[in-house]
Amino acid sequence: MADSTVGAPSSAGAAPEKKPTSKTSGRDEKTFRTELLRQMLLIRRLEEKSAQMYGLRKIGGFCHLYIGQEAVAVGAVAALDLKDDYVLTAYRDHGHALACGMDPKAMMAELYGRQTGCSRGKGGSMHMFDVDKHMLGGNGIVGAHIPLATGVALKIKYKKENGVVLCFFGDGAIHQGSFHESLNLAKIWDLPIVYICENNQYGMGTDFRRVSSVADFSKMGVSYDIPGSQVDGMNVLKVHAAVKEAADGARKEHQPSFIEALTYRYKGHSMSDPATYRTKEELGEYKNQDPILILKAQMLKSKQLSNEEFDKIDVECKGISNEAAQFAEDSPQPAIETLYEDVLV
Amino acid sequence: MPVIAFRQALKDAMDEEMARDQNVILMGEEVAQYNGAYKVSQGLLDKYGPERVIDTPITEEGFTGVGIGAAMVGLRPIVEWMTLNFSAQAFDQVLNNAAKLRHMSGGQLNVPIVFRGPNGPAEYLSSQHSQSFQAFYSHIPGLKVVAPYTPHDAKGMLKSAIRDDNPVIFLENEMMYAWKGEVPEEEYLVALGKADIKRTGEEVTLISFSKPMQTVLEAAEVLEKEGYSAEVLDLRSLRPLDEEAVFASVVKTNRCVIIDNDWPMASFGSYLGWLISKNCFDSLDAPVELVAMEDVPMPYNHNLELAVQPSVEKIVTAAKRVMYV
Repeated sequence: MADSTVGAPSSAGAAPEKKPTSKTSGRDEKTFRTELLRQMLLIRRLEEKSAQMYGLRKIGGFCHLYIGQEAVAVGAVAALDLKDDYVLTAYRDHGHALACGMDPKAMMAELYGRQTGCSRGKGGSMHMFDVDKHMLGGNGIVGAHIPLATGVALKIKYKKENGVVLCFFGDGAIHQGSFHESLNLAKIWDLPIVYICENNQYGMGTDFRRVSSVADFSKMGVSYDIPGSQVDGMNVLKVHAAVKEAADGARKEHQPSFIEALTYRYKGHSMSDPATYRTKEELGEYKNQDPILILKAQMLKSKQLSNEEFDKIDVECKGISNEAAQFAEDSPQPAIETLYEDVLV
Repeated sequence: MPVIAFRQALKDAMDEEMARDQNVILMGEEVAQYNGAYKVSQGLLDKYGPERVIDTPITEEGFTGVGIGAAMVGLRPIVEWMTLNFSAQAFDQVLNNAAKLRHMSGGQLNVPIVFRGPNGPAEYLSSQHSQSFQAFYSHIPGLKVVAPYTPHDAKGMLKSAIRDDNPVIFLENEMMYAWKGEVPEEEYLVALGKADIKRTGEEVTLISFSKPMQTVLEAAEVLEKEGYSAEVLDLRSLRPLDEEAVFASVVKTNRCVIIDNDWPMASFGSYLGWLISKNCFDSLDAPVELVAMEDVPMPYNHNLELAVQPSVEKIVTAAKRVMYV
């Protein structure tokens, strides 16, 4: 996937050897953008495959799809070096896990609840963990991972390391005390963390404007003297630039920052949600600003991509998704006695 | 052997482990500059500095979660809750994060952290500051829960808890901090999960842990004076529970009274009573008795608050009931 990770092999034919950079001009930029495009497409196709397999009852429980929001995880994680940096997110976590380099097979097998899943079938959709790649979940209680992420940043500071933590959460989490307590702690202790609110506009079925004292979440850091900004979360390059600046700042100055990424999910909150609380027109409007189409159009225009190349990447991503589903299907169920494992060390 | 206070034993344990392992840090309200609300961390800020002895704002969910996050990536934090009553603010972090991260990551993560502080009633503190949390925390798989009674065990078990790779809830009590006992000068550990027979006896087993042990030992004295031989078992550790030691004692005496200073319904004591009834059924000569708190919030008035809790008289009465005397 996009990032060099902790010595782990590349996953499932997914990753180029080269680490992307955001340096402009020439081949580097083309390579970098192609990689972002490929990652977003991979997430899109894997999520579509997940939805399909959910429909076939291969996958159960709460399954929150990331379709529409791909630019946020992909753009943000591309700004990291996961040798030193860390990612924590909430339960809509498939995209972040893939962006961190999780093997699509391990992800799909986890969705199927199989022994070969990243969490050995203990976690499911909401609990994607790849600790070697510094992807620390996949957390199911709204906002409760924000203090954890802050604690990871405390460790970086205590150990005098060079890393930064990206802590993703949704607009539904921002009114939890855990968010506000964490921002205060991060500021008084000068912790290297970037809080990223993915505002997809609906906390389950509730329009964020109905439940927030402010419509502009970037103001939320102000009480804690933490700089806040808004970024177009449908534009992967803009997300990348904003997060890169924030992450570099956190590394250099050990200062927290806050970014609100304005985004949209195409599907319901979870698989059981028909999303009748919003209009077709609204959904259509956002589909016109699809993060994949935006980058594709930009690259076509600047001749960094041809339609044929795009189709080839898309076919590859569909192939990886099909292989992942087949791998999950072929994987064994966990043995019953494993239920006693992974409780205590 | 030196005689030191319970708080000193806890401080010495933290001091030794902080000297031994740079990954051990202490965080909580008033732990640093104030030297601890109950002076348990006296002198640690001066010795280890503000990077390792960290004052937090009053933000229990926040700093508890921060401790857990730091533990996930290799630190070994000791989180002091000023009282377990305030840990209710942080309960979600313990229940859903500390106790679950290893599980939901399929064993990829460890959470080596100690949460410690005073638990259960002190005096004159009314209902919000006098609660017992052993039932809440020992209910949860993925945690260890310990509650030593002597300074010796407090030191040895806190050192073991800090070295443990699992989250450990370490229960203390305000009234116990000044209690004194012998503690060896040389380094030692007390394993978690091992009960201790405080007094051997033949006719009835009295089982308890933490502060009520003192009342239980007094009750055993009273029983002895009246001609009855009571065995007293200090559980020390609630999760893991030393079932072997419990069953061995009950099988020997055939009678059992559990003393748990907590509300009776769905309590640790009621669970233990079920466990003994199920496993020692053929040995029991009487139903297992439970001496618990009265099923009410704690009143402020001293006579009332004493009446709510287990007493020597209540324990002796229960012991006589199971002995049919």
